[in-house]
Amino acid sequence: MAQGVLVVAEQVGGAFRKIAYEAVSEGRRVADTLGESLTGVVLGSGIEAIAPELGKYGADKVLVGDDPALADYTTDAYANVVCDIVRKSDPKVLLLGASMGGKDLSARVAAHLDTGLAMDCVSLRVDGDALIATRPMFGGKVLAEVSVQGTPQIAAIRPNVMEVVEAERAADVEKISVNIGVVKTRLLEKRVETAAKMDLTEADIIVSGGRGMGGPDFSLLEELAEVLGGTVGASRSAVDEGWRPQSDQVGQTGKVVSPGLYIACGISGAIQHLAGMGTSKYIVAINKDPEAPIFKKADYGIVEDLFNVVPALTAQFRKLER
Amino acid sequence: MEIVVLLKQVPDTETLIQIAEDRTSIKTQDVKWVMNPYDEFAVEEALRIKEAQGGKVTILSVGPERAVEAIRTALAMGADEGILIDDPSTEGGDALGTAKVLAQALKETPHDLLVAGQRAVDDDGYQVPAAVAALLGIPQVSMVIKEEVREGKIVCERTIEGGTLVVEAELPALFTTQKGINEPRYASLPGIMKAKKKPLAKKNLDDLGLDPSEVGKGGAKCRVMTLSLPPERSPGKIVEGETPEAKAAELVRLLREEAKII
Repeated sequence: MAQGVLVVAEQVGGAFRKIAYEAVSEGRRVADTLGESLTGVVLGSGIEAIAPELGKYGADKVLVGDDPALADYTTDAYANVVCDIVRKSDPKVLLLGASMGGKDLSARVAAHLDTGLAMDCVSLRVDGDALIATRPMFGGKVLAEVSVQGTPQIAAIRPNVMEVVEAERAADVEKISVNIGVVKTRLLEKRVETAAKMDLTEADIIVSGGRGMGGPDFSLLEELAEVLGGTVGASRSAVDEGWRPQSDQVGQTGKVVSPGLYIACGISGAIQHLAGMGTSKYIVAINKDPEAPIFKKADYGIVEDLFNVVPALTAQFRKLER
Repeated sequence: MEIVVLLKQVPDTETLIQIAEDRTSIKTQDVKWVMNPYDEFAVEEALRIKEAQGGKVTILSVGPERAVEAIRTALAMGADEGILIDDPSTEGGDALGTAKVLAQALKETPHDLLVAGQRAVDDDGYQVPAAVAALLGIPQVSMVIKEEVREGKIVCERTIEGGTLVVEAELPALFTTQKGINEPRYASLPGIMKAKKKPLAKKNLDDLGLDPSEVGKGGAKCRVMTLSLPPERSPGKIVEGETPEAKAAELVRLLREEAKII
């Protein structure tokens, strides 16, 4: 009989990503509701030392798969190892983070195990023995409540949405032998584009620019983002104009984000953009057109030319810093 | 090179989505149906590979009769033939069920390379392509922005948070397309005329030897219980002030004292 909650905690270069803490914290909550224990899984190479950290967020036990073959993420090696751990430990619930790697991994794992997966969930609850997940569809225009069936019930949780909660316990760390299995992919090269730039899906503050920017110079937004400790995003029009890389695009055909604060500068607020940022906690809109639809979604709006307001905002926040 | 594109017809992203009375599906009247935007990149990339290497591009889709239009669009772009799995029993199924149908159809369709959009913009599941690859036991590379096929392998540039991975996979393989990989071509008028005569086969679950209880609503392992609209954001306040500086100062005050976010 299946028991326990298993959480795959994502690490990069020997450090857990924020989504790992979010997933473990959420796993603790689900485990408590089910009256089950919580086991974290860490995969990588030379990562044993970080494993006990998961105890801080409520893991009773941490399984460490430390192997040179897991040094870099490859779908097949990671999927084979996770499936093997699941078959041996037979958990009731398996949680992963829905990062780019996590989406790829969870989909493959669920198919191999022939079980249900709720992708990119924004909340989880337990009803009896059933895992019920809420997940956005149509780029956030609709919320679906889905029930997950099968063993284990799998959910991949959206980064930056669930709360990180400390629940100190001394996790029991166990090194396991991993079964890498057949691997048909190979990592040839890893390119880190902008080491300093935080991914939009993980950012707590996003300063986004649209057509109103008028050109590829986003330095005003970069300065504001920097003083706020945030990151810069863009609307589809700004990306289509070639002003910003595709990885910066927020919206239904780009990234769906939920930061604490989203500052939209010169963005009119097309339906497909609103779908991608509508779950932000606070939205600020700066646009010189008082009729721009973005104002209907914004908590605070400033009707003004962004080129006048943004530097003034940066100066104000700088003053606060001192 | 036998290339198969996994394609889905979805509501246009400009569509206002309304929930149907059953609370588990959307209203389909007034919806403009289009090829999933990410699949346009998949069709384009498949055509480019065919143009460079020779071979054939087949479009494979699961959906109702109307999905023929999306397949015809791909044929008009230059794909060679289409297969639509149209069976009412697949409705209400989950991503894994759809993947099982596609994988079964692929067992009868020669393929060296499978291409799909990174996700469909209706259910945002990110699941079907990876599940198809898993069921067929072939490697997958997700979110690809550049690829090159050579000597029985494909080398892909895959986007990850804050960077790019260059991954090599043995063929047959599946990759999913991310925006940026190409600029999809428009169907030309002669292309549209030609597409009408290109083969488009329709099959049902019986033809594939599949049991509806395994792949349809009954077999779904991720079931939609209810759909709801996200809470409407109420329009907030317009920050007033005599000058841009005064407005900025007032906004900072509101963010600190009212929202308490900074």
